Amino acid sequence: MPIEIPMDKWPGAIRTITLGATAAEGGTRSRTITVGGEKSLPFLHFESEMPNPPAIAVEIKDRRPDDWSPLLLKAWGEAAENPVSWAKAAEAAGADLIQLSLSLTDAAGNPNTPQAAVAAVKATLAACGLPLLVFGPGQAEMDNELLVAVAEATKGERLVLGLCEDKNYRTIVATAMANGHLVSARTPMDVNLAKQLNILISDMGFPLDRILMDPTTGALGYGIEYGFSAMERLRLAALQGDSMTQLPMIVTPGFEAWKAKESKVGEGVPEAWGDWLGRAINWETLTATALLESGADILVLRHPESVRRLNTVIADLMAAPVTA
Amino acid sequence: MALSGIQIYKLLPQTNCKDCGFPTCLAFAMKLAAKQVELSACPHVSEESKAQLAESAAPPIRLVVLKSDGYEVKAGNEVVLFRHEKTFYNKPGLFIRVHDSQTPEEIKAKVAHADGFKVNYVGIDLVLDGFAVASVSGDAAAFSAAVTAVRQASHRPLILMSRDPEILAGGLQAVDGESPLIYGADAQNWEAMADLAKKHHAALAVIASTLEDLADLTEKIKSRGVEDLVLDPGGRTFGPALTNSTQIRRLALKKNFRPLGYPVITFPGDVGDPTLEPMLAAQSIAKYAGFIVMDQFAPEAIYPLLVLRQNIYTDPQKPIQVQPGLYEINNPKPEDPVLVTTNFSITYFSVANEVEGSGLPAWLVVTDAEGMSVLTAWAAGKFDAERIAKAVKGFSVADKVSRKRVVIPGHVAVLSGELEEELPGWEIRVGPREAVDIPTFMKQAL
Ligand code: B12
Ligand code: SF4
Repeated sequence: MPIEIPMDKWPGAIRTITLGATAAEGGTRSRTITVGGEKSLPFLHFESEMPNPPAIAVEIKDRRPDDWSPLLLKAWGEAAENPVSWAKAAEAAGADLIQLSLSLTDAAGNPNTPQAAVAAVKATLAACGLPLLVFGPGQAEMDNELLVAVAEATKGERLVLGLCEDKNYRTIVATAMANGHLVSARTPMDVNLAKQLNILISDMGFPLDRILMDPTTGALGYGIEYGFSAMERLRLAALQGDSMTQLPMIVTPGFEAWKAKESKVGEGVPEAWGDWLGRAINWETLTATALLESGADILVLRHPESVRRLNTVIADLMAAPVTA
Repeated sequence: MALSGIQIYKLLPQTNCKDCGFPTCLAFAMKLAAKQVELSACPHVSEESKAQLAESAAPPIRLVVLKSDGYEVKAGNEVVLFRHEKTFYNKPGLFIRVHDSQTPEEIKAKVAHADGFKVNYVGIDLVLDGFAVASVSGDAAAFSAAVTAVRQASHRPLILMSRDPEILAGGLQAVDGESPLIYGADAQNWEAMADLAKKHHAALAVIASTLEDLADLTEKIKSRGVEDLVLDPGGRTFGPALTNSTQIRRLALKKNFRPLGYPVITFPGDVGDPTLEPMLAAQSIAKYAGFIVMDQFAPEAIYPLLVLRQNIYTDPQKPIQVQPGLYEINNPKPEDPVLVTTNFSITYFSVANEVEGSGLPAWLVVTDAEGMSVLTAWAAGKFDAERIAKAVKGFSVADKVSRKRVVIPGHVAVLSGELEEELPGWEIRVGPREAVDIPTFMKQAL
């Protein structure tokens, strides 16, 4: 019998945002990455073409991290000693983007400095041609101090600077505006809060096509359902025409999943948890898969095997629909 | 779709005889539409109208229940495309597949291990739902031997897989009296399969590679008298599987399209790459599967899948909570430490499990934070000095302990000053931020 598939006709679309700039565009990247542009819910090619695949960013640090799971340190090995080798290894592992997370202190425990941050960012840019996201350590004052210096030293690169939150966004947005960068705007799993922050940022005169929106997520078992639904609601609001939610979404399943005890701890856990490494990678990849299905445009991951798996899944989801 | 009061009215006798207890047929129709009365209250309604009303009252996605001795697995009856619109109701059944080319010993070992698998997540024991037995040998005796082997190791519901009715017949005999799922009926074998399903009170999976063919087949099978159907629209990789399940769900919910108003079954192992199997199963959980058949049984993959299923199927209106109160962990004595946390299940169990696992005794004060995590509750004003003090007093903690000292979560260190004022005579200590670090903290700092 003939079947008419119900199609959603959405008035709205997600903005298209390009990360990174090549030499011709005023930067030094060997390639740029474009995300967004969706006109329907994720991967529903029968309804409308999905112009850009979701991108994978690999999170690296400016120095060997003290608090990461030993499984991650083992996977990256020597490469994790410094951002240069780490960025190269991440690119080889299949990253589209590099997220450099700046540490709060140096290895000796002294506070990070703008000079050190700039040096780390410049070295990473020189080592690897992928577009870069630079995130502060997550303390307002330090974030502002480091990111302003980084933004000025890398004018025109179209880096993504993060995090902008409701209590701390002005300084970062201002420097991104002055130096031709993008920002990542994070709010805690709520459609209205996300909208509000985007409005505040664009009210400063910052163009919407330079904002990525991070709706926050929890790991599997630690609140993923809230993030999942917040993303579905944001995407639906955007497609329904709400311009302040029509921004590509970036989420951090790597950070969240590797914070969970299931990934962090290998001993003294229930036998039913199974093999530690297998479980940890499943924790990250299953968190990421659920978020991909709910509208993520950029997934920030940590383990190289997770990157491989997600790349395969994204390629499959992006493939032209098979009409049997 | 459910009929409106007016549509129902048109199907009633329209005589206003009042035998139903309502003044008019219209009044009765309105109550029916609001599901406040039963149709049986009207003694005069025609058989034809009854059938139409029953049809319209049926859920858009049929509830299919597989049963075995002491167990059942339900799928279907879903009403929304997105969980935030209401909730997802029936968690997809997770099954593990074995083959009749394996020896009975191999089958029993795998099944026994999976059958006994149990993992605790926020106080809930999560388990697998059942097993699928697939005929690959093409031999009827081997198939029923495999079914018997599974039954010796587990009593959970079964999915019996073969396209050959004769092979299936033997397997069905071995589980007589249960309601398994037969997989399955296709364009060639559907008549014999439908008859088998009817005879054994089994549900029947219907297999076709286009939605059109699938719909044709379910209609034919339904008219042969089998209504508990499950759909396999094909599509073994991520993209096609997502398209199929989305289209089927939309047709059922938005168009009340009966021929596809059944739960969907998926086989993530068929994706080929074993490392992708759990990810395709995750997609199936998020996007509308009713039954999921896995090839690998690996605790490190099953545990996260069971948790994901639990999370996605949590009612968005009701965070999972525990009862506020004073909890005793590892038989604490009066001199043992007092810890404070919130009544969000995930929070409570992160803390309780750490303390319990360390073997150290402690009193755990669980405050009524309306089911929110530490920081969420703090940001929402549901976990402040006042509430903590109220809990400490309300649960008469002072009567149970000899040392008046409470430990608060590291994330809310800012509360310590205020709490000192609210709880005069108590020493306030700030604990670590993460629960994993509590045992070390208790050993070293308390
Ligand atoms: C899921 C979530 C929600 C869910 C709620 C889930 C729930 N039932 O609580 C929703 C979406 C509803 C939500 C709402 C809000 N949220 Co919220 N949310 C989160 C999120 C993503 C995860 C929280 C979580 O579940 N963590 C897991 C649990 C287990 O952690 P936990 O309770 O802290 O417990 C750990 C430790 O504290 C420790 N611990 C616990 N007890 C104890 C006890 C002792 C003695 C010790 C030593 C340790 C200890 O052990 C646990 C494991 O390590 C966080 C961000 C994040 N990724 O962490 C934001 C976050 C908590 N939310 C935040 C905010 C601001 C809000 C809102 C106020 C936003 C708004 N205005 O709407 C609302 C408030 C709610 C309301 N008004 O109704 C902020 C809080 C910011 C701050 N520092 O003040 C956060 C941090 C996000 C952010 N970065 O901005 N949120
Ligand atoms: S009993 Fe039936 S026919 Fe009589 S008033 Fe009620 S609905 Fe109408």
